[in-house]
Amino acid sequence: MKRVLAVILTMGLALSLAACGKSTDAAADGSAKSEGVMTYAEYAAAAVDTEVVVETYVQAKQSWWDNKGTFYTQDQDGAYFIYEMACSEEEYNKLTPGTKIKVTGVKSEWSGESEIVEASFEIEEGNFVATPVDVTDLLGKDELIDRQNQYVSFKDMTVEAVAFKNDEPGDDIYLTLSKDGNSYDFCLEYYLNGSDQAFYDQVSALEAGQVVDVEGFLYWYEGVNTHITKVTVK
Amino acid sequence: MKKTKIAAVSLLLAMVCLTGCHGKQAEETFVLPETFDESKAVEITFWAKNDTNKTQREIYYNAIEDFEALYPNVTVNMRLYNDYGKIYNDVITNISTNTTPNVCITYPDHIATYLTGRNTVLGLDELMADPQYGLGGSALKFDGPTAEEIVPRYLEECVIGEGHYALPYMRSSEACYVNKTYVEALGYTLPETLTWDFVWEVSEKAMEQNADGTYKVNGQQVLIPFIYKSTDNMLIQSLKQLGADYSDEEGNILLFHDTTADLLKTVAQHGKTGAFSTFKISGYPANFLNAGQCIFAIDSTAGATWMGSDAPLVDIAEDKIVPFETEVMTIPQYDPDNPRMISQGPSVCIFYKSDPQQVLASWLFTQFLLTNDVQIPYSETEGYVPVTLKARNAEEYQEYLSLGGSDKDLHYDVKIRATKLVMDHTEDTFVTPVFNGSASLRDASGQLIENVTKAVRRKKTVDDGYIRALYEEVQSQYHLDQRSGSGVMGDKKDLGPLPGESVALLVLLLGTWIILGSLAVYGRIRKRE
Repeated sequence: MKRVLAVILTMGLALSLAACGKSTDAAADGSAKSEGVMTYAEYAAAAVDTEVVVETYVQAKQSWWDNKGTFYTQDQDGAYFIYEMACSEEEYNKLTPGTKIKVTGVKSEWSGESEIVEASFEIEEGNFVATPVDVTDLLGKDELIDRQNQYVSFKDMTVEAVAFKNDEPGDDIYLTLSKDGNSYDFCLEYYLNGSDQAFYDQVSALEAGQVVDVEGFLYWYEGVNTHITKVTVK
Repeated sequence: MKKTKIAAVSLLLAMVCLTGCHGKQAEETFVLPETFDESKAVEITFWAKNDTNKTQREIYYNAIEDFEALYPNVTVNMRLYNDYGKIYNDVITNISTNTTPNVCITYPDHIATYLTGRNTVLGLDELMADPQYGLGGSALKFDGPTAEEIVPRYLEECVIGEGHYALPYMRSSEACYVNKTYVEALGYTLPETLTWDFVWEVSEKAMEQNADGTYKVNGQQVLIPFIYKSTDNMLIQSLKQLGADYSDEEGNILLFHDTTADLLKTVAQHGKTGAFSTFKISGYPANFLNAGQCIFAIDSTAGATWMGSDAPLVDIAEDKIVPFETEVMTIPQYDPDNPRMISQGPSVCIFYKSDPQQVLASWLFTQFLLTNDVQIPYSETEGYVPVTLKARNAEEYQEYLSLGGSDKDLHYDVKIRATKLVMDHTEDTFVTPVFNGSASLRDASGQLIENVTKAVRRKKTVDDGYIRALYEEVQSQYHLDQRSGSGVMGDKKDLGPLPGESVALLVLLLGTWIILGSLAVYGRIRKRE
């Protein structure tokens, strides 16, 4: 009887420790969600035009205008593009990469891009900066969209074409890169990083045939249209 | 970057408006020189807009080159924009520092705001009538149009208050680009003139689905039968067609009434089923149309090159394009026998500068933009129409129109049919009254449509209570509740007596000067004594 009791107690202790361990890990990496907050899986499953509440981390800022800011954000499980979220300029300046925010808004989809609109936010304790995930192998596959808006990288891409919006420098740059004979659209989004003159010049000067690694946010516009943030010419 | 610019724009706009307050300060007036001094070098800046279209840019450059060849003492520096809003913001930013361009592509709504500043946009009546340098003047080195050769309706659109403050440059309207193949597959025949009832009925019919969730008409998972690009136009044109109020020449806001509410409820009804959506909510109508995911796509005729299975410009992958027959029709009407549609398109204005020769050079260049060599090629880039009868009747232009459909580029048939639609309905077009605040009213109109559409998509009920609250919200958002009719020339009205503090300060200053003057006089008298 004592032996049985000892086994039961040991198993109970082991289970408790396992549970503690799990919650400790979640707390440690910041992936645990507060009450009433969706996991990324729940967000992904939510219907368009429904209210969503997420906890996420700012990765990059696209623009601020008329007390509205647009952000690329991500948690440990997935990414959320937040379009024109209500925020003052002072708040916008506080939302540096890594800042944890709780966002309440409406899930929307524009030309294939999943986004949160009409959002409000509050800053929370926590910090997370995503490292780019190599998704080169997912190019041309349906699973790529599961990574939508994440910070990603593509390796050994060949430059096919570089074109300026409006046919002259000063706005977005459209970049066509290919892999294994298939072409894909990339974009230097001017509002995201057009003010980085060195980067703008680097992308402007790319030539067909060059092989590059690129990093960026896996944006969608009528198909994948990554907003690039870094290019390495090989 | 953008944030800084916007903050600056807000501040400067406030400054511009304040400059107009107590606005009885003397305006400097432009005096037309007797002759254009071609021995003096003159530099002018031209802020232009194109539609992300390489050919349009080349036409501007060619026009500048040709003009400079005629007037070698003039240098034209161009800055290109692809967004009217950006031009507007930059002009506002530059008004207070007197660094506005000399010549600028713009909309009359925007000019009304520019005019709230002093010495901004030049009145053109005197220039237009000048026998030497006016429209068709004897001293012009090019074959410009006379006043009678500009389409009267378009010239009239450039009257703000009591005078002309711009010349028209290009004109367009809206068209409904229809997937005729799907309309007929649904068992309907397109009427001669589209009606709202027809569009709503077909759109609802198209929502029928198969058991697997695909739509019967296109076999796809996605279908938005009716998409409107510019929802401000949607409401404005609907009201016009119904003879309902929108605003008046005195600048009174008349938008928020029962007819508008009824229109919004209809939009809500079809937004709820998914039969209707907007560009802002879902995306470009052209992308859905070309993918076989839209049946009625309403957009500018100046966007015709993006419409249809064979469109020369596309934004979707080739394998997503679905073949169908495209019909180009007037926007839906409430009274098909009396069709009404908006007139839109860029105009050109000139900003006041202290050097009369520079202003005259600007005026000459502005007229040059109305010559056939500019009007005809530019209009051919999109579904624009030339603003001069001279260009419209030119053999070259008539030939262009007659070749519609002969190729899929310059003579793309959807584009040329859109152009013909605008020409055929010139007399059915209208513009809304222009005043300081008319641009905000236009934005508010679009917001009403967007908000009710979003509301029903989010399972909210759009009823009288909702509409009342929406009216309040939108009036507040666009500051329409803080203004009353103020006339068309901006708010340069007498703001009444000065505040007490200001009066006291002026009295104090006056008193000080009197005391100082008295002391000086007294001192002199004492000295003589």
